[in-house]
Amino acid sequence: MLKIENLHAEIDGTQILNGLTLEVGAGEVHAIMGPNGAGKSTLAYVLGGRPGYEVTAGSVTFKGQDLLELEPHERAAAGMFLGFQYPVEIPGVSNVQFLREALNSQRKARGEEPLTGGEFLKLAKDKAGLLKLDMDMLKRHVNVGFSGGEKKRAEMVQMGILDPVLAVLDETDSGLDIDALRVVGEGINAIMRAPDKGVLLITHYQRLLDYVKPDYVHVLSKGRIVKTGDADLAKRLEAEGYEAVAA
Amino acid sequence: MNATTTLPTRKDEAWRYSAVEALDGVDLDAWRAIDVAAGETFRECLTIEDGPGTGASELRRLRVTLGAGARCELFAVIAAAELGRIEVEVRLAEGAHFELGGVTLGGRETVREFVTRVVHAEPGATSNQVVRAVHWGRGTGNFLGNIDVVRDAQQTDAAQSFKGLLLEKGASVNAVPQLEIFADDVKCAHGASVGQMDEMARYYMAARGLSPELSRRLLVQAFIGDAFVALDDEGERERMMAIALAKLDKHL
Ligand SMILES: Nc1ncnc2c1ncn2[C@@H]1O[C@H](COP(=O)(O)OP(=O)(O)OP(=O)(O)O)[C@@H](O)[C@H]1O
Ligand SMILES: [Mg+2]
Repeated sequence: MLKIENLHAEIDGTQILNGLTLEVGAGEVHAIMGPNGAGKSTLAYVLGGRPGYEVTAGSVTFKGQDLLELEPHERAAAGMFLGFQYPVEIPGVSNVQFLREALNSQRKARGEEPLTGGEFLKLAKDKAGLLKLDMDMLKRHVNVGFSGGEKKRAEMVQMGILDPVLAVLDETDSGLDIDALRVVGEGINAIMRAPDKGVLLITHYQRLLDYVKPDYVHVLSKGRIVKTGDADLAKRLEAEGYEAVAA
Repeated sequence: MNATTTLPTRKDEAWRYSAVEALDGVDLDAWRAIDVAAGETFRECLTIEDGPGTGASELRRLRVTLGAGARCELFAVIAAAELGRIEVEVRLAEGAHFELGGVTLGGRETVREFVTRVVHAEPGATSNQVVRAVHWGRGTGNFLGNIDVVRDAQQTDAAQSFKGLLLEKGASVNAVPQLEIFADDVKCAHGASVGQMDEMARYYMAARGLSPELSRRLLVQAFIGDAFVALDDEGERERMMAIALAKLDKHL
């Protein structure tokens, strides 16, 4: 469903991705690990079309269409969800208002009927329950005053509500306590484990992968994939480090 | 040219950033008096909107006198005319309260402004003024706010908050707070800031499926919402917000 070929990208004239190739098939979970500064978040942002992230070579196709041609909001409507390493605060805009506008914008773009206020609230309540996030949190402004872990959990509630076909999750596990990690892991499985969906899971730690079992584990270093293996690769990385395993 | 009144110039402090050239033919002596008796509450929502009767300049000049413990709440949107200006002079007796929630919006070469003079003439009176300005093109938004606290007006609490949001490069805002305080037991808070749209917030919203137009609308709505927080009539709040956002939708 996602095919990245020979991707080169730069920020402010600095080359960050150097020929990255990766394919995520339907029903698959791919984990991406790699040292700080390797380009993991850059990959996520390039897939999400963040302004300033310029693709200089290569291609990305998503469900058969040229992803790089689409505006960021069109990518979301096409079924892509980007979980942010640092979720953004939006003072003055409540989660409920934000997510209802977001979902209905996506539905409209896909030619579907909008959800009514009541239908939306029911859905939101359902997904907040799944992630064990208090509904009151969703009435508050987007991420404002949320703890690090609450932000990550709220991101997963967003994902549940928007129900994407491809999730690119950038360190969704960082900042989570042990119980929250399990809840989030199970949430990802509940929302994204389906034959027609795919997940690109960026993480530094093996622990999340105990809950969300990856089909493939890739090591990203200096802007390209330098090693690919199965779930055992993550365990070896955790035990031995990047230098020993992927150098 | 009206020969009997001399028009103000930009040398006059209260017209410093104004579009005085748009004033020709306007009756500058037309002040509306609002007297609120002791203990009474007066509330009004004012708008300067585009319409068939809208002239080059649209002035609203109010002179408000508040009796002891009286309240005056003004909420206003200025979204039309080359010069759209609301001027308010307020005199507060003991324990009275004055509330202003104002929004200016505009592009092209327009000037939209609030000019207030709030006189705390007796002890224990409070005032709160919140002005939010959203401008684009070469539009200007101004807030000139005078607060006078006389010698005996102890326990005065006066607050003023101004924020400008510039949607395009050529737009500008000016805030001129002027405090003249002759009592010593006084709380006077004023803040002014100017900024642009938070691009990271917009990208975050785009990543969730919101178009650039919709994300801007939501952020502007959040920004000007501050001016209507004290308006505890949901219908009126929505009406004022709708007028402001309609202006934005029409021109951007
Ligand atoms: N605006 C920028 N201008 C120049 N270089 C940048 C810019 N933003 C990021 N970089 C650089 O790009 C490289 C890749 O950063 P990226 O955030 O993708 O790393 P990462 O793999 O996600 O790291 P981490 O594990 O710490 O999250 C880093 O060296 C970073 O300093
Ligand atoms: Mg990162």
